[in-house]
Amino acid sequence: MFDALSQRLQNAFRNLRGLGKISESNTADALREVRMALLEADVNFKVAKDFIEAVRVKALGEDVAQSIQPGQQIIKIIHDELVRLLGSANSGLALSGNPSCVILVGLHGSGKTTSCAKLGRLLHKQGRTPLLVAADVYRPAAMEQLETLGRQLELPVFARHGETDVLRIAREALDFARQINRNTLIFDTAGRLQIDEPLVRELARLRELVQPQEVLLVLDAATGQEAVNVATHFDQALHITGAILTKLDGDARGGAALSLRAVTGQPIKFAGVGEKLDEFEAFHPERMASRILGMGDVVSLVEKAAEAVDADDARRMEEKLRKGQFTLEDFLEQLRQMKKLGSLESLVSMLPGGAEMLKGADLSKQEKDFRRMEGIICAMTPQERRAPAILNAKRRIRIAKGSGVQVAEVNNLLNRFGQMQQMMKKMGKFQKMMGRMGGMPPMPRR
Amino acid sequence: MGLFQKLKEGLFKTQSKLAHEIKRIVTASPKLTSGGLDELEAALIAADLGLAMTAQIVAAVKHSYETQGRAGLDVFAIARAEVERSLAGAAGDLRRLPDGVTVVSLVGVNGTGKTTTAAKLAHLVQSRGQTALLAACDTFRAAAVEQLKLWGERLKVPVVAGARGADPASVAHDSIAAALARKSDYLFIDTAGRLHTKHNLMKELQKVHRVMDKKLPGAPHETLLVLDASTGMNALTQAREFNKSVPLTGLVITKLDGTSKGGMVIAIQRELGLPVKFIGVGEKPDDLQPFDAKQFAQALFDER
Repeated sequence: MFDALSQRLQNAFRNLRGLGKISESNTADALREVRMALLEADVNFKVAKDFIEAVRVKALGEDVAQSIQPGQQIIKIIHDELVRLLGSANSGLALSGNPSCVILVGLHGSGKTTSCAKLGRLLHKQGRTPLLVAADVYRPAAMEQLETLGRQLELPVFARHGETDVLRIAREALDFARQINRNTLIFDTAGRLQIDEPLVRELARLRELVQPQEVLLVLDAATGQEAVNVATHFDQALHITGAILTKLDGDARGGAALSLRAVTGQPIKFAGVGEKLDEFEAFHPERMASRILGMGDVVSLVEKAAEAVDADDARRMEEKLRKGQFTLEDFLEQLRQMKKLGSLESLVSMLPGGAEMLKGADLSKQEKDFRRMEGIICAMTPQERRAPAILNAKRRIRIAKGSGVQVAEVNNLLNRFGQMQQMMKKMGKFQKMMGRMGGMPPMPRR
Repeated sequence: MGLFQKLKEGLFKTQSKLAHEIKRIVTASPKLTSGGLDELEAALIAADLGLAMTAQIVAAVKHSYETQGRAGLDVFAIARAEVERSLAGAAGDLRRLPDGVTVVSLVGVNGTGKTTTAAKLAHLVQSRGQTALLAACDTFRAAAVEQLKLWGERLKVPVVAGARGADPASVAHDSIAAALARKSDYLFIDTAGRLHTKHNLMKELQKVHRVMDKKLPGAPHETLLVLDASTGMNALTQAREFNKSVPLTGLVITKLDGTSKGGMVIAIQRELGLPVKFIGVGEKPDDLQPFDAKQFAQALFDER
């Protein structure tokens, strides 16, 4: 009932792809699907309406009518429009001045304190000298939380326990930063409702006092229609300069991002993608749009792979594959490398159409299978791994005992491995052939 | 199946449409303008009810509006009644075992207000003259234990806590032992926030619950999912996934003091049938109220 946006759009696109000619009537259905998909992804209904209107106008334009595949053309228009709405280029922080100040604001529980530490870490890596300022004087132990995070990152934290005057904290923090030579202050403020007048005024006074270069709204990616109100109010009172979208590692489609962008016009600058302090990255509108559209997040996948896989290893492996010398040892290595990349679920979800494929599939069973395979191979001697042909019944029984499985499972693994080897050999030959013909044909653009 | 069946279905649709139209004319009900319905649809979507629920309610409202006679109610009044009806029986109080300690586990994604809700619940049962014990099983988030301890000091409720990074299951185990020894009426377990998509963390939560059950068969007696009212459609997924891992017995909707309507409760209620035990309406200890379907439905259409 509540399919993710990408799935809905893929359904819509399936219809769109079949279109021969674009007309008012045959796009209407597809665009209705798109609208519903956007709404289910928590895009604000007014924003969704404008979005659809913009797409409709462009889709009926002249250049589309003349294109060979109008269906594909509409998909491109929707994608481009999404990217445009999300902000076409990733923009960093404008930190001029010494010291520079960044204030983080937002609702309760959106992730301000964690983001404060994560941002501090990122700026520190970029060569700045951040000071984290604990200006949340309301939530119990909020200051301790920031201090603990600061200790983990070895970054200084300014906190005045028991002090309830945010402005005094800010003044002292500015002095302190000068004393210990820190050039960037990041203020972690208390969570508050956008309609809580006295508390929002407190932030406005803080803004007045420290004259920050950046005021960032921290927004939970799972926020619903409310995102528009939240963004509008905070923007009106504080003139936010950007936003941080948190908890993007969940499965919320993040329609709130679109809403926020549309009503404030300010870019989303960073994304929180995990509980660990290094799981924080620059926000990429292009990637986000692709992910929303179910075109997969291949860029992130490749980056992730590059992080986990050693380039030399990969080259060696490729060589082996081409020559058909793939052994159980290599297989084991591959299994382990895959584990390093993270859960299968997260990997598959980054592939185009992956989210749809994943629906209802429980990959944890496959993951368990992988672990069993690893166990079986580990129970073999190096010699056996290199030349599985020597595995007679006696050896197989020993391996089964050693890894705590039935002999049938060992046989099964060896059969599958045999099939894989055959396939690899064929692929190697195919590649050679293609090489002679002048390389692979280019992949069709989506 | 085949042609006849199709024909019959088609005819049935026409028939019911016709019957509806005739009834409308006979009772002299006003015909609905699309403007009114659009306004209603916008209000429902803006309250995070989601498309499916919105469509259902709009259809029901349309039907009853056009068959109720001239002196009828306005569209929003009907919608309010509709929401109220779908939430009937959605309220519920905190369970209480006839004797022994009642263990209540609070679960949810990060930042929904589990720690604050745990403290508020302790305050609530205290005000009813019962004794409470708090267990800080969020050993992951920095200063989560301190946060609950501070609440404990304020409310004069004892807190069982482990060191940061300790095994949450062991803290849960110890807290049950402590609650049994003290003969507390209630034990509130504050678990770490976790996204429902994190397989390992959900497994960890299952382990915490398993260990509780081992120490005290039947525990936890209540597993409450804490939901942030500003969450959109993802709330349903959260409820679904948490319910799969640790069978839920109810919901707590927090941060309802803002302009968020928490409309996703209706979809959750429809699918999972979980009662809403409490709503959080502020930062003070007594800002925790029982859920009232009527008030909720009213608030849904306020300041539209």
